[in-house]
Amino acid sequence: MASPAVRTLKLWQNRVETEVEISGSGPALVFLHGPWGLAQDRAFIERLAATYTVFAPKHPGTSRGNNEAVHALDSWLDLIVYYGELFDRLELKAPPLVGHSFGALVAAEFAAAVPRSISKLVLIDPVGLWRDDLPVQNWMILSEAQRRSMLFADAECEASKQFFHVPTDAAGRVDTLTQFIWAQACTGKFVWPVADRGFKLRSHRIGAPTLIVWGKADRIIAPAYALEFANRIAGARIEMIDQAGHLPHLEQPAPVMRAISAFIDR
Amino acid sequence: MLVGEHEKGEAVKVCMFHLMPYRDLPADFDKRYNSAYIDPNWFDVADPDLVGKYYNDTLDEMLLAAKLGFHGLCTNQHHQNVYGFMANPSLMGAVLARGTAGQNVAIIQLGSTLPSSTPPTRIAEEYAMIDCISGGRLVAGFPTGLPSDAALSNGVVPVEQRERYREALALVKKAWSAKETFAWNGRHYQLGMVNLWPRPIQQPLPPIWIPGSGISATAENVVNMDHCFCHLSYYGLKSAEFVADRYWELVASKGRDDNPHRFSFLQLIGVAESDAEAEDLYAEHAEYFFHKLLLIPPNYQAIPGCLDYASLVQGLTNNPRAGINLRALKAKDYYERGFVIVGSPKTVREQLMDGVKRLRVGHLLTLLQFGSMSTELTKQNIALFARDVLPYLENLWDDQYEDRWWPERLRVKRHVAAIAASAS
Repeated sequence: MASPAVRTLKLWQNRVETEVEISGSGPALVFLHGPWGLAQDRAFIERLAATYTVFAPKHPGTSRGNNEAVHALDSWLDLIVYYGELFDRLELKAPPLVGHSFGALVAAEFAAAVPRSISKLVLIDPVGLWRDDLPVQNWMILSEAQRRSMLFADAECEASKQFFHVPTDAAGRVDTLTQFIWAQACTGKFVWPVADRGFKLRSHRIGAPTLIVWGKADRIIAPAYALEFANRIAGARIEMIDQAGHLPHLEQPAPVMRAISAFIDR
Repeated sequence: MLVGEHEKGEAVKVCMFHLMPYRDLPADFDKRYNSAYIDPNWFDVADPDLVGKYYNDTLDEMLLAAKLGFHGLCTNQHHQNVYGFMANPSLMGAVLARGTAGQNVAIIQLGSTLPSSTPPTRIAEEYAMIDCISGGRLVAGFPTGLPSDAALSNGVVPVEQRERYREALALVKKAWSAKETFAWNGRHYQLGMVNLWPRPIQQPLPPIWIPGSGISATAENVVNMDHCFCHLSYYGLKSAEFVADRYWELVASKGRDDNPHRFSFLQLIGVAESDAEAEDLYAEHAEYFFHKLLLIPPNYQAIPGCLDYASLVQGLTNNPRAGINLRALKAKDYYERGFVIVGSPKTVREQLMDGVKRLRVGHLLTLLQFGSMSTELTKQNIALFARDVLPYLENLWDDQYEDRWWPERLRVKRHVAAIAASAS
C-alpha cells in the first residue's frame, strides 16, 4: 500500500494546521481517529482505502509541528464549528463519515449539528453517553498493564502488538510515545473527566442513516451502550463484533470492513 | 513586637513544613493498594477520630515550632490520599495565624492550588483573610498542584491546568491590588464585578512563592515575575544540585541578582542525641514515607496533557529519577543518598549548612514530621532542632542579602536562642 498523500490545511484563523492523510481510490469517505492518534488507526484506513478515497484529518494539536493548536479551540462548540470549516475546505459532497471512539463522538455531534453535510454515519465504539451503572473507563489514566489488557479482547493478538509497538532506537521510542500520549492529551481536552458533553440533547438532529459497530468485549465502554446510541438515533442499525474489544476495526478488521461497506453501498 | 528597624541583610529563614499524613496505616497497606492517591478506601483504611487527632497534632506541632523560634509555618493542599490531606490549607493557615498572634512568624500558604478552585478569587479572599488575621504575616504560595489533585480530584482538564493557573494567578494579583472595581473577561474565568473584601494588609502584594519540581516553563515564569522559587523535592539537598545550578543559571540569564532568598528548598530531617540513635529512631518512619506515602503510580501522575509538549519530549528523553525504585530502598539508602538527613545536631547542621550554601537556599523548609512519626517524636525532633541546629543556620546569609520575599513587618532582627529560652 502506497503512503497516503498528505494535504495540510490552514484553518481557524490560521491557528490550526491540520494534516489530512488522503489514500485510496473510489468514492470519498472521511475517517475521524480515536484518542490514541491517527497513526494507531492507519492499519484500518488502509483497508478502507481499498474501496474508498479516505480523507483522514488529524485532531487539532496532533499534526506535526503544530502541537500548540490544541490551545486554539476552547470548547466543544469550537470543535464542531472547526469541523464545519474543515469539511468546507475539503469540498466533499456529503461523504460518509466514519469515526472511532472519541472520533465517533465528534462524528455523531457533527452529524447532529449539520445534518446535510454527510450522507451516512458509522460509529465504531463511540463514547459520549453515560450510565451510572456502567461508568465509562477513563482511558487516559490506565496503567501500561491495564491498557494492554483492556483495549483488546485478546491482549496477545497481532493488532495489539502493532498498536503498542515502540521502536527500539531512542529517537523512535521518544517520538512514538510522545505522539501516543499527546494525542490523548489533545482529544481528552474535550471530554475530560467524563466523556459526556450533552450529546443526548442533540442526538435527535442526526438525519443520516447510521451504523453502530461495537466490539462485544469492549472494556472501555460497555457493549450495552450500542443500544443506548441506537435508541437515540432514528433508524440506527447495530453490528456487534465477536472477539473484539474497544478497537474492533483493528482487532477484527474483516467483519468491520464488511459491515461498513455493506452499509455504505446499500 | 512585629514592627522594627530593618536589618540590611537577613538570615536564612528556617520554616516548618507539614504534610499532615495518615500516620497509622495498616502494615499491609502497600500490598492492598498500589497507590497512596485516589484508590485507598476511606472506610477500609481511615479512623475518623484518629484523623481528627492528626489535624490537631499537626497544628500543635507547628505552633510548637513557632514558639521555639522557627521563622515560618508552611501548609499545603492535596486531595483524596493518605500522603497528606490538608484539603483546604487556608483552614489550617487561619488557625496558625491566630495561634501565633504577636509572634515573629510567617504564615506560609504553599499553598492553595489555583486551577482547582473556581473562581480563584475565593483563594484571593482566603489569603487576604489570613493576612488580615495574622497582621500582615502571610506568604502567598501558588503551586500549580499535582496532576492527580487537579485532574483526578478536581476535574481540571489536564492540558488546561497550566493556562488556568496562569490566568488565575493574574486575576488574584489584580483582585488584591486594583483600586477600582473591575470586570474579568478571561478564557477560563469570567467575573463581572471584582472588588475584593478583604484585601491583604501587605500591598500591593504579599510575598509570592511558587513551587516547582524542576526547571521548566514554571521556573522561567517565576524568575520573570521576580517571585521566589520553591523546589519541593523529597530527594534532599544532595540530589538537588543539578536543579539548583540550572535555576541560578536561569536567574543570571534573566539579569536577576543571586540573592539566595529567591530560592526555597524542602528537606526531610530527623535529629536525635547521637547519629546511631537518630538512624535507628527514624528508620521505620523514613521507610513508611517512601514506601507507603509516596506511592503514586505513573498513570495517576503522568496524565496525558499535564506536561506541555516540550516537557513531555524532555521527560521521555531524559528523566533522571526514572530509574529509582523507592520501594526497593531501605532507610540506610535514604540516609546515604541524603533524601533524609538524620543524625546528631552536629551531623545535621553540618550537612544542612553544606547543602544550603552549595544550593544557595534562602528559605529552608524542614519536614520534621514524616511518615508514621508520632506527635511525641515529632515534638522531640522539633525541640532538638530548634535548640541545637536552628541557631547555627541563621547566620549563613546574614548581612549580605535582603529578603524581599518575606513579610515586611517580620524583617527585623531576631534572636532565636532568646526566643527559645523565653519559651521554655
